[in-house]
Amino acid sequence: MTGEVLIGFYTFILACVAGYQLITKVPPTLHTPLMSGANAISGVTILGAMVVASGRGHAVATVIGVLAVVFATINVVGGFMVTGRMLKMFGSKKK
Amino acid sequence: MFAAYANQVSNTTLLANAGYLVSVVLFMLGIMRMGKVKTARSGNQLAGGAMLLAMVAQFVEMGHINPVWIIVGLVIGGTIGLVSAIKVGMTEMPEMVALFNGSGGLASALVALAAYMYLDVPGTPLMSASMGGADPSIVNGLAVMLSILIGGVTFTGSLIAFGKLSGKVNGSPIMLPGRHVMNGALLLLSLGGTILVTFTTGGLPGAGIVVAVTVMALILGVMLVIPIGGGDMPVVISLLNSYSGIGAAMAGFAINSQVLIVSGSLVGAAGLILTQIMCKAMNRSLANVLFGGFGAEPTDGGKGGGADEYTNVKAADAEEAAMILEDVESLIIVPGYGMAVSQAQHLVHELGDLMEERGCQVRYAIHPVAGRMPGHMNVLLAEASVPYEQLFELDQINNEFKNTDAVIVIGANDVVNPDAVDKKDSPLYGMPVLNVWEARTCFVIKRSLSPGFAKVKNPLFEADNTYMLFGDGRKAVEEMIKALKEG
Repeated sequence: MTGEVLIGFYTFILACVAGYQLITKVPPTLHTPLMSGANAISGVTILGAMVVASGRGHAVATVIGVLAVVFATINVVGGFMVTGRMLKMFGSKKK
Repeated sequence: MFAAYANQVSNTTLLANAGYLVSVVLFMLGIMRMGKVKTARSGNQLAGGAMLLAMVAQFVEMGHINPVWIIVGLVIGGTIGLVSAIKVGMTEMPEMVALFNGSGGLASALVALAAYMYLDVPGTPLMSASMGGADPSIVNGLAVMLSILIGGVTFTGSLIAFGKLSGKVNGSPIMLPGRHVMNGALLLLSLGGTILVTFTTGGLPGAGIVVAVTVMALILGVMLVIPIGGGDMPVVISLLNSYSGIGAAMAGFAINSQVLIVSGSLVGAAGLILTQIMCKAMNRSLANVLFGGFGAEPTDGGKGGGADEYTNVKAADAEEAAMILEDVESLIIVPGYGMAVSQAQHLVHELGDLMEERGCQVRYAIHPVAGRMPGHMNVLLAEASVPYEQLFELDQINNEFKNTDAVIVIGANDVVNPDAVDKKDSPLYGMPVLNVWEARTCFVIKRSLSPGFAKVKNPLFEADNTYMLFGDGRKAVEEMIKALKEG
């Protein structure tokens, strides 16, 4: 097990705790937008998709990677856009 | 570990990692800001900006690659995402989120699959800089398999959730005999098999195993969601959202990417919290939602009559309702999914304003699980510019019903069922509901007497002080407004 992996575990656990703390107090009004926003962030897998799509001498894997880029981008772009649309409504009514 | 690598780390790697670090911090700030009404919009923009920054950093780190195919993928995915986000109506938002979530899950599974292929062929290191061209470790192999498993379950599970919400798949729970045993076996086989094979081979499992786990994951996603009723889909989407975060984190372990691990687990934890909050609102445990098959059994005689056998139902038309509303001094409006379906939110707001002009106190009572997502009703009423101050949560307003002249329930059913309070053998018993029956008069706008998601009878409909206004929510409210203006 390399040091990198060990660091990864630390990061994983700490980020879980942080995520748990970030979201404990949220008014129900924002649950749907927050869920949608979190969903958009989970599209961060797009970074991994870019790596595997970067064509490093394995054709099949590259094709799969490009597909991954497509689906991850749908998640990211659609997710942030939809969240923005929802939140825009909360803003506008405050005149 | 940083010290060990220090002399090999190039400037571009440092630059890229600085970008990752900033974007992770921005992700966290973004989520925090999204939790408050005032800052929510900027939070979302912040998170979006962070994503862009992380992608730029990724390009920087990858250095000399041929970016053509990546850009093609970005353009195709971006266009699809953009168009569907613009075209979707506010009512269909929940199923859209389910679809996006499934898309993300599929992406994670595909990343893992491709990573597996790279790891399987020595000499094609994924991230030459940060991996140092290292051989695949047990952790890489395990993460690949877990990412495929979680991503696969998220993908098909989200698709079923989408189908149930949009009415393309039967919304009621589908209970296959022996499903617990089957699901248990699938989970045990895929998870246990993965761990066992990874450790015994000391790295990467064979291709056959990968294919088997992929297939099992896809089946498992369907099997896990199909026995859950349409009414519980919000909980399911929230949980699947959590899964897709964990899936992304696992993909991060597979390709040794810290940004992926951090952001993925952040979202995983967030989704889990939301899921818990939603279960609490329904007074049920997560286990009960996932395994209960809630609302599958048609209620028999012993449980209080057929789901749609009613006596003593009083129907009223819009004019009769308007006549009563003319003398009302306090009104609480209770929206439900029916309002969303008929797109009645703007008219509801108009009705509320009209009553206010007449000197009536108007409030809106939002049940935490009204609609098909937590906060679904808030979004719709905000779209219709209903002032935030008029929206009240269950705890804030439940004691007010007894001092209220009239209640208008629009397309809600299970969340206003009195059986949840006083009927111990009702499947709804114990769920917090809005005590609308305590008001002097209660109007229920509904298409028919058909049961809600819980598939149980609602005694509210035959209460002495309840008037049923049968019909489409939008039309009924429209007629009420017209009658009020004329009267």
